[in-house]
Amino acid sequence: MPPSELLLDGNAIGGLLREIFAVEMTSASSTCGGCGAVHAIGRLDVYANAPGVVARCPACGQVLMRIVRGRGRVWLDLAGMRCLQIADPDT
Amino acid sequence: MALTVERLDDGEVSPYLTDEVTLGDRLELRGPIGGYFVWEANQASPPLLLVGGGSGVVPLMAMIRHRRASGSRVPARLLYSARSVDDVIYRQELERLAALGDGMTVYLTLTRAQPAGWRGFARRVDQEMLHEVAWPVQESPLTFVCGPTAFVEAAAGTLVELGYDAGSIRTERFGPTGR
Repeated sequence: MPPSELLLDGNAIGGLLREIFAVEMTSASSTCGGCGAVHAIGRLDVYANAPGVVARCPACGQVLMRIVRGRGRVWLDLAGMRCLQIADPDT
Repeated sequence: MALTVERLDDGEVSPYLTDEVTLGDRLELRGPIGGYFVWEANQASPPLLLVGGGSGVVPLMAMIRHRRASGSRVPARLLYSARSVDDVIYRQELERLAALGDGMTVYLTLTRAQPAGWRGFARRVDQEMLHEVAWPVQESPLTFVCGPTAFVEAAAGTLVELGYDAGSIRTERFGPTGR
């Protein structure tokens, strides 16, 4: 099976992100630290067939988010993302 | 509440949900999860184009039911690709909804087998088909595409080739289906 068929998108990690963040995250928007493109989390390219989950910028391919779970902990690496804009649950 | 499950023989979850779960079993649910691939009915919504491959029709059906339940008259077109007529999920409901004449049109394409006298499309979704079915670009339609990854990539890419604004196309890919 070609790897391209294993590509998912950010909708697939809505449940995982909901366990980490306090709000619904697929409609949050991210700014790529590499190219500056802004995309909803739901639109990110997601690869989940790995020890962790990797979300990449659909415009330039930069890794925006890595999530690894294990030993009772979650590691969330957002080093490639410049900004994450989340709906304010109080408004 | 209703769950639609397509059984995949080598799937991790669908054989359990279709073969093992029985009446009276207790299930724990989380959610709703996912606000991105969602359509909210309101008067100002532009025309809606829904493109589904296989069980990718399921979230689109939720939008169609929401549209009906809210009394929305937003013009909507569904292009639904299935392998054969027996694979068409919600077939009777779609026929009923399309017959209401409330601005909803259903287009089916059957890619592998067609019944005798079939008048719909009989091939994979391609540029010619989308050109025929999709709203003119000038109407600034809102588009939702859901299906296997290869289907979504092809359909969304073709819509962009036809002049659709990539930002107006929302996609949900569920990977390969193993067939």
